[in-house]
Amino acid sequence: MFLTYDNPVYDYARSPDQSAAEPVHHPLIVVGAGPVGMAAAIDAAQRGLQVLLLDDDNTVSVGSRAVCYSKRCLEIMDRLGCAEPMIEQGVTWNVGKVFFRDELVNQFDLLPEAGHKIPAFINLQQYYLEEYMVRRMDDLDNLEVRWRNRVVEIDNAPERVMLGIDTPDGRYRLSCDWLIVADGANSPIREQLGLESRGQWFQDRFLIADVVMKAGFPPERWFSFDPSYHRGQSTLLHRQSDDVWRLDFQLGWDADPEEEKKPERVIPRVRAMLGEETEFELEWCSVYTFRCRRMERFRYGRALFVGDAAHQVSPFGARGANSGVQDSDNLIWKLALVMQGRAPQRLLDSYSDERVQAAEENILNSTRSTDFITPKSTMSRIFRDSVLELCRDFPFARQLVNSGRLSDTAFLIDSELNTAEDPDFCGDMVPGAVMLDAPIEGPDGERWLLDTAGGPFVLYCYLGESGGLSQQTRAALHALAGASIPVQSFVVVAAGAAAEEHATVIDREGLFAARYDARPGSCYLVRPDQHLCARWRSFDAHSVAAAVARATCNG
Amino acid sequence: MPLKTENNFHQPGKRFFRAYRPGDDFYEALIETHRDLSDEQSARVNARLVLLLCNQVGDLGLLREAMAIARKGVVAEDDDAT
Ligand SMILES: Cc1cc2nc3c(=O)[nH]c(=O)nc-3n(C[C@H](O)[C@H](O)[C@H](O)COP(=O)(O)OP(=O)(O)OC[C@H]3O[C@@H](n4cnc5c(N)ncnc54)[C@H](O)[C@@H]3O)c2cc1C
Repeated sequence: MFLTYDNPVYDYARSPDQSAAEPVHHPLIVVGAGPVGMAAAIDAAQRGLQVLLLDDDNTVSVGSRAVCYSKRCLEIMDRLGCAEPMIEQGVTWNVGKVFFRDELVNQFDLLPEAGHKIPAFINLQQYYLEEYMVRRMDDLDNLEVRWRNRVVEIDNAPERVMLGIDTPDGRYRLSCDWLIVADGANSPIREQLGLESRGQWFQDRFLIADVVMKAGFPPERWFSFDPSYHRGQSTLLHRQSDDVWRLDFQLGWDADPEEEKKPERVIPRVRAMLGEETEFELEWCSVYTFRCRRMERFRYGRALFVGDAAHQVSPFGARGANSGVQDSDNLIWKLALVMQGRAPQRLLDSYSDERVQAAEENILNSTRSTDFITPKSTMSRIFRDSVLELCRDFPFARQLVNSGRLSDTAFLIDSELNTAEDPDFCGDMVPGAVMLDAPIEGPDGERWLLDTAGGPFVLYCYLGESGGLSQQTRAALHALAGASIPVQSFVVVAAGAAAEEHATVIDREGLFAARYDARPGSCYLVRPDQHLCARWRSFDAHSVAAAVARATCNG
Repeated sequence: MPLKTENNFHQPGKRFFRAYRPGDDFYEALIETHRDLSDEQSARVNARLVLLLCNQVGDLGLLREAMAIARKGVVAEDDDAT
C-alpha cells in the first residue's frame, strides 16, 4: 500500500481467559498499543510486573503521524531497549532554519554542546518506532499482548476494575487491580467513564504529506513563513528515513479538507515547494485541524491515563508522543512500588500532579506556537510579521520567532516529592530536573552517566580529586542499598583520581562536575525515572533516607 | 548607552530554565493585551503603549534611534534615504 513500508500484521490468538467461567484477574492491564501504551507495558515488565496489553487493532500506525523524537524520549527508549534501532534507522538532526518570504531569518542548533549519548532529535516514521517496540515486547516473558482485543466496557470500582472486551470470537471479561489507559486522543475509555479532556480547537487546517524523493536538502527542519510558493501561509519540510520527507502546508480555516486531500490538489502544491525539477512520489497525506486539551487529573481511582488519552497538543513542537512516553516514565516506577506494597497509593497522585504540570507546559508552548503560526487578528498578524521583518538585523527578534518550541522536559520544581536543597548550588540540576547526561566510565563498563540510573533510586557522591570514603560513610551507603526501598550508590571521581573500593564512576571529561555544580562532598539523589529529587553539599545518611521516604510518599 | 538589540526579556525574581521562555511570556502578554479589540482600538492601545514605554526609556537619543529603525522599511521611499 505504501511505497516504502509494509505494515506488519500481528495475529489475533484466542486466550484461555476467553473460555473461563469467571472473569480472570490480572494485576495490571494496559489498554492501547500506541507508543505510550507500549512504553508503559515494557517498563512495567522490566520492573518485574506481570502485564497484559490489549489493542483493538492488529498492526502499527497506518501512515506516519509522529516524526520527531526528542532526546529525552530517546533516553527513555534507550532504557526500554528500543533506542538503538530507532537511532540507526532514523535521521539525526540538530539544526532548524526559519525562512520569511524566502529569506533565512533564524537558525538554531538544538544540541550545541558535546558529551551526550543521545542526539538532540531524530526523525523517524511512527510505524517504525512502534514496530521496534513490538519487537522488544516479544523478548519479555512477563508481558502478554492481545491484538484485536477492543475494550468496550469498563467499571472502575474502588477495589478492582472490570473490563468487557470484544474480539473476533466475541466478548469476554477480565478484572485487574490497575488499569493504564493509553487508548489515544479519542479515548473510548475516558468517554465511557464520563470523563473529559478540555481545551481549545485552533481555527486552521494543515495538509500533511509524506513524499518519497531523492533530494539534496540537508536533514534540517525548514519552516517557512509566507513563502513565494504558498503565499500568506506557512510550510514545513523535514526529512524522515527511507528518503521520505514530511511536508506541512498551512491551508487556512476555509479550506475544504476533502478536496485538499486529493492528489490532484496535493501534487501541484508539493511541486511548487520542491521545484519543477525535483522528482517525487506521494506516500501518504491527510488534512488536520489541531487542538490542545487535557484531562483535569490523570488518575481516577484505579485508572491511570497516559499519552494522548490524557492530553493532546498541536504538533508544532513534537510534544505528543514525546511527552506521552515521559508520562509512562513517571508513572511506572511509582506503580511498581505501590503494587509491591512499598509505597502508599498516594504516590500515584503525584504522577497526576507532576504530569499535569508537564502537560500544562506542553499545552502552553504548543498553543503559543500555534498562535504565532496562525495569528488570530489583524494586529496579531502585524506583530508577527514585524517580528519576522526585524529578525535580519536585530537578534532579539529572532528569539521571538515561534515556529514550534521543540519538545523539552518539564522541570518539576514544585513537586512534593522533592527535598529542599542546600542553598548554595548553581546550575539547572535542581530537584525536579531530569538528569543531564555526561561521558563517564562506570563500574560495569558504562560509558554514559544515564546508563547508571533508571533502575532503583541512585545516589551519586562526588569526591572529585580527593578520594577516600570514610569507613562510616561506606557502611551507611551499604545500609542504604539494603533498605526496603534500596538506594544504589556510586562515588564519582575526577579522571585520574585514585580508585575507590565502592562502585565508582569516573568523570571522564569533568562534565559531571560542571553540569551538576559538584564539589567534593556533593551528593545527588535520583529517582528511578532519572529525575533528581534532592542534592546536598555533604553526605548524611539520615537525610538521604528521609528524601527517599519523601519521594515515595512514605514520609 | 546604545539601543539594545540582543534579547533582553527577563523578570526579576523569576527563574527561567529555557532561553525562549521570557520572550514567549512577553509575546503572549502583548497579544493578550489586544484580545477582542477592533483594529482601531488596537491601534490606540499600541499608541498608548508606545508612549508609556518611551517615557520609561526616557533617553531621547535612544528613542530617536528606535523610531528611525521602526520607520525604515515600512515606508518605501525612506529605504533609499538611509
Ligand atoms: C500529523 C501529526 C504529526 C505528529 N508529529 C509528532 C511528532 O513529531 N512527535 C511527537 O512526539 N508526536 C507527534 N504527533 C503526536 C503522536 O502521534 C501522538 O501523540 C502519539 O501517537 C500518542 O500515542 P498514544 O500511545 O498515546 O496514542 P495512539 O498512538 O493514538 O495509540 C492508541 C492505541 O490505542 C488503541 N485503542 C484505542 N481504543 C481502544 C480500545 N477501546 N481497546 C483497545 N485498544 C484501543 C488504538 O488502536 C491505538 O493503537 C503527531 C501527530 C500527528 C497527527
